[in-house]
Amino acid sequence: MDPARKRTVRLVVALSAAVVLASALVYTSFSASSEARSPSQLVDAAEPGKTYQLTGKVVPGYERSGTVTEFRVRDRAGNVSVPVRYEGVLPDPFRADREVIVDVRKEGDVFVGEKDSLVTKCPSKFTAEET
Amino acid sequence: MLVAGQGCLILALGVCLYGIGASLYGVRTGRREWVASGRRAVYGLAGTAAVAFVILEAAFLRSDFSFALVTSHSSTTTPTFYRATAVWSSQEGSLLLWLLLLSLWSSLILFATRRRLREIAPYATAVLLGLGAFFAALLVFLESPFDRTIGPLPAEGVGLNPLLRHPSMMIHPPMLYSGYTLFAVPFAFAVGALVARRLNADWIRSTRPFTLGAWFFLGVGIVLGARWSYSELGWGGYWAWDPVENASLMPWLTGTAFLHSVMIQEKRGMLKVWNVSLVLATGVLAILGTFLVRSGILDSIHAFGASTLGVPFLALIAVMIAGSVFLVASRAGELRSAHRLDSLLSREAIFLLNNLVLVLLCVAIWWGTFFPLIAEAFTGRRASIGPPWFDRFTVPLTLVLVLLSGIGPLIAWRRATAANLRRNFLAPIGVGASALVVALLLGAGSQPDALVMFVLAGFVVGGMSQELVRGVRARRVMAREPVPLAVVSLVRRNRRRYGGYTVHVGMALLFVGIAASSSFADERDVELVPGRSATVGGYEIEYVRPTAELVAAPNGRLERIDFGAQLRVSKDGSVTTMRTERSFFPSAGPMLGPVSRFFEGEATSEVALDAGLREDVWASVAPDTRRLALRIEEGDRVFSEADDAGALPARERDVLLAEALRGLVRSYTDNPPPATFRLLVSPMVTWIWIGAIVVFLGALIALWPSPRTVGRRVTAAYTARVGREARVPA
Amino acid sequence: MDLLVIVVVLLVVVALVAAPLRRRSTAVEEDAARAELEAARDAKYREIRDAELDHRTGKLSEADWRRMDRALRAEAVEILQRLDELNGSGTSTAAG
Repeated sequence: MDPARKRTVRLVVALSAAVVLASALVYTSFSASSEARSPSQLVDAAEPGKTYQLTGKVVPGYERSGTVTEFRVRDRAGNVSVPVRYEGVLPDPFRADREVIVDVRKEGDVFVGEKDSLVTKCPSKFTAEET
Repeated sequence: MLVAGQGCLILALGVCLYGIGASLYGVRTGRREWVASGRRAVYGLAGTAAVAFVILEAAFLRSDFSFALVTSHSSTTTPTFYRATAVWSSQEGSLLLWLLLLSLWSSLILFATRRRLREIAPYATAVLLGLGAFFAALLVFLESPFDRTIGPLPAEGVGLNPLLRHPSMMIHPPMLYSGYTLFAVPFAFAVGALVARRLNADWIRSTRPFTLGAWFFLGVGIVLGARWSYSELGWGGYWAWDPVENASLMPWLTGTAFLHSVMIQEKRGMLKVWNVSLVLATGVLAILGTFLVRSGILDSIHAFGASTLGVPFLALIAVMIAGSVFLVASRAGELRSAHRLDSLLSREAIFLLNNLVLVLLCVAIWWGTFFPLIAEAFTGRRASIGPPWFDRFTVPLTLVLVLLSGIGPLIAWRRATAANLRRNFLAPIGVGASALVVALLLGAGSQPDALVMFVLAGFVVGGMSQELVRGVRARRVMAREPVPLAVVSLVRRNRRRYGGYTVHVGMALLFVGIAASSSFADERDVELVPGRSATVGGYEIEYVRPTAELVAAPNGRLERIDFGAQLRVSKDGSVTTMRTERSFFPSAGPMLGPVSRFFEGEATSEVALDAGLREDVWASVAPDTRRLALRIEEGDRVFSEADDAGALPARERDVLLAEALRGLVRSYTDNPPPATFRLLVSPMVTWIWIGAIVVFLGALIALWPSPRTVGRRVTAAYTARVGREARVPA
Repeated sequence: MDLLVIVVVLLVVVALVAAPLRRRSTAVEEDAARAELEAARDAKYREIRDAELDHRTGKLSEADWRRMDRALRAEAVEILQRLDELNGSGTSTAAG
């Protein structure tokens, strides 16, 4: 094989490997991703078994028994809310009317939070982000 | 001193711009004195940045609240050590630290090469000063650390984020920034080599200590971050594929690839395009890392920044990428290599594979890190991917990488023969096989990924030990030295080689720790009342009694409230006691009552950790403060009524507040509510830290200057004769 | 006070940066080529040692090592010759 031809072959092999890798990344990431949703977007349209990243505010009056917490999350501006069941340690600034992000999966009528996925957006002085 | 500080920053910017001009003019017209002047501008930048930094540091130490930055990031209750290091917990302070470190490292390399690399160094100077000018301009125009506090001088500052009050968190940023800024050095010299069309291995040799240093510091920074996460954040993990973590890992990966592939260019003159591209990419990734941490563009537990810096950083990154692509493309002809790969069974080929794997790792991590933005761009919706996605790519790639790190050192440059392979691979494979047997006997068969890692680590350690043993044997034949002396002189005479081997062993140990702890950890979240216990990983952990304390800073001000638990850990008759705590720091929010502010602010975990070579027992507590809610509310009400009436003098109010809080604290121990615990028994975590220390020792061995300085001045003619005579070995 | 700091820093920086422009020295430049060659020589020596160690630890066969060693030493000698030339010209035509 002459060198020029060899180079073309090599280039084609390299490029197709890159394409394979790129499509693997694209495919797996989109299928494994959880889309960010607000409660009003989830309340009717959630597919069971799919993971969503739920963002909203905690509705006052949550129940806690053992390590399981049941609470409702409502829209940042609005009153539509969805029920969430979360098992595990609650982050400290977890309180009514705080903004939270949690990965949830619909099971029956409730949204079950994934372990360690609950994050509270803390309005404290330290994370004074100008939003 | 605000004006002086600001003045220094403006001077720094000026000296950068002057230096860029002087260097470029000097090298274009061949007037060496202008080049020298441009180089000295870098020293000048280091000086002005240092003065500005000292002014800021002094303000923090004195708690000078006329500095807005001091007010917002420090307080008189902050311990002195953390006051000194609070400088870089702020956006502005860390940009200044970046500038200072960049100028110091740049001065060092330019001083070291002042008599060499005549064509390249002026361009490198201009690039380094260009980066300096960028950061100086950010500091002068957008994020000045020398802003004056608006309004009357406050009596107390906001304080350092308590989460950051951990020794490793204070060393972590300077380490990361040292890594990032050190990577700017090879980046700048690569650009210089491309512009000057001097593409042999000279610039690589001169900047190698800096590349290795960057790799070292960035690595230390990454490990310290992991250690902080493990012992300060209450979740028990050390790595979460968080954007900021990824940002530091990506340049480290390409830097690792570069350190390996440059050896091929040094030895064989091959891979010039690849090396230059790698180091340019590493430089861009280092800036990208700073950008990710500082811009807050991606959600992260430690996205510190506001988003004002996004646009300038993006512009800088765009310029760097465009410039790099243009330079490489326009020099493609000169970058063609003189040799080609002799055989697929050679160290070059293994290095190439290792490079490929490292770059793939970097690409996958890059994709995952930026996926939220990518998804938003394509679908219009923000989406995120979690650690399982990362693991899917990184676990197999890491396994391949560890395998290659074991093969590479055992195989010869250019071409290996079957006989050599047999001779070199038999013993290491044997060690790997025994690791397999041991791991299976210990019950590791249930986790194939971890099992493979154990086998590979055995192979690597076996291979490196064999190398050392054979080297020592050869050395003893030559020099007739006793074994310990032979080891020392062998390593001393071949620092790069044995430093590298040590790094490989350390990485293998580190990955054993990661594989074991991520596959075989036993973790439980339980709610306990005093006297009850839970069983985790064969340990029985009992919640003995609650602890509570109101803590005052040395100057008498109330600093925090600690609620904790004493635990008794028992297994097979041996009993130890551990303590874990949750500290509640008051929030400065103006709307909060004097009592409730303690429970609305930041809280940190003091983790209970019984570390061992076999396994760590780890526990953190989340006290339930809801039962205190009534008392907190009442306290707030009493004080607000008293404040409204204006009846209480400040001193008396402080005394009463302390008394009220003390009562609150007492009620927690007298009538303890159930507390939630996270209990974790994690095998071999300690090996992660041990492995990391071994890695850094190896890097230090490789970095240490070579001892060949005495013989350097022997006349050239004499050494040449030795060379000629030695051509035919006796 | 503030102004004093700024003026002092400014003066020091200007003096530092302007010094080479006033001196117009060319003496040190002679060393540039030599330093580069010496670095290349040391690197070549390291390669020779490396190959020898590879041979002694059983990664290179006798014949391969001989061939490689010969090539490396020839390259080293070339570097040394260039260094010698430089030294020769350096002493004979000191003005450069």
